[in-house]
Amino acid sequence: MSMQVELVQPEGELWSGNAEMVIARTLDGEIGLLTNHAPVIGILAEGSMVQIRPDGGGADIFAAVSGGFLSMCDNRVSILARQAELGTDVDTPNVESFLAEALRDAGAGPEEPPDVRYYRALLRAAEQS
Amino acid sequence: MGAQLRAVRRRIRSVQSTAKITRAQELIASSRIIKAQQRLHAAAPYARELTRAVEAVVSRSENVDHPLTQPVVSPTRAAVLILTSDRGFCGGFNANVLREAQSLRALLESRQIETVTYVAGRKGIGWHRFRGREMAAEWSGFSDTPRHENATEVASSLLEAFNRPTSEGGVDEIHVVYTQFVSMLTQQAVVHRLLPLEIVQTYEEPPAGPLPMYEFEPSPADVLNALLPWYVESRLFQALLDSAASEIAARRRAMKSATDNANELIEQLSREANKARQAEITQEISEIVGGANALADATRE
Repeated sequence: MSMQVELVQPEGELWSGNAEMVIARTLDGEIGLLTNHAPVIGILAEGSMVQIRPDGGGADIFAAVSGGFLSMCDNRVSILARQAELGTDVDTPNVESFLAEALRDAGAGPEEPPDVRYYRALLRAAEQS
Repeated sequence: MGAQLRAVRRRIRSVQSTAKITRAQELIASSRIIKAQQRLHAAAPYARELTRAVEAVVSRSENVDHPLTQPVVSPTRAAVLILTSDRGFCGGFNANVLREAQSLRALLESRQIETVTYVAGRKGIGWHRFRGREMAAEWSGFSDTPRHENATEVASSLLEAFNRPTSEGGVDEIHVVYTQFVSMLTQQAVVHRLLPLEIVQTYEEPPAGPLPMYEFEPSPADVLNALLPWYVESRLFQALLDSAASEIAARRRAMKSATDNANELIEQLSREANKARQAEITQEISEIVGGANALADATRE
């Protein structure tokens, strides 16, 4: 028995299907979900990546999320992202130019602003998938 | 051609061109309404899961002590957000929302609560400007296809006012007046209190009974802190989508009845034109006959 996973944004569903495993990054650190994991609600780290291993041995799905949360209960995983994109859909040159622009605007702060982290996550997701 | 006939024909042509315009508007609205409904449905899973999560946290931590859920004992100022359309040609859509907003403001003021108005949509903005009423903020340009960013923008401005103390111009309550999309034929202007939150149940009670005991990462309080502003945003986004679908449905209906009226008018006018033409022909014949008779009489003598 596997888990039913849905990755949703406010404007609609991005991906849904059955999966063996979900890896995400919450504010406390990485979390891996397998079948029959205890019910959990976690806030996703801003500009992080979600990895979904679908059933049937297909390639892993990588998605960048700008923030949001995930909840798991009765083998149903919902990942609610405020903004998200699948790695395969990322327009790399475009994102790179956005990133350069955001870095220029941000200046040298102690911590990178959320949009910079989101662009980085997008590039990572594109690279891995 | 007689003067009367010419005038009637000119009116027919003008009504025909009006009918063409309204018919086109009706067709445009018909094709857009499907898209608007799809967007409304597509947004539902996010809102549902978010509501579920908020409920889970609230039910888990018994004494939720969060400013967003705490009703103020004696509110003194309230924000009223009014969602109207950017364009006209949509029947009573804006009038209904504005009427509802007026009665809400009257109600609040009768309870000694000062109201602060926020307006989205050009028609509502125009209405307030014309009457010289002050608006705390206004947004426009997205009434028929709202994006989530628009909801974020409006929500952040409202949350900012809510978090400010009332003595510095903040508000204790936020109400939103919008048109709920019930069906293609029915849309209703409604008032909802956005803040302090009343957690609405939008999903059916799971058959397994109460909500499961969730683990929270990092902690229930932190999770709630992060979730509540998103929840506000999500409810606002739902309201925007509802309003957009209602606007288009109202436009379609208004344009359909305008087209029907125009066609009816054309039928009436054509009948009038036919009558006028017939009268003209009759008159011509009687003139000819009269002339011929007069000629015959003259030659006989």
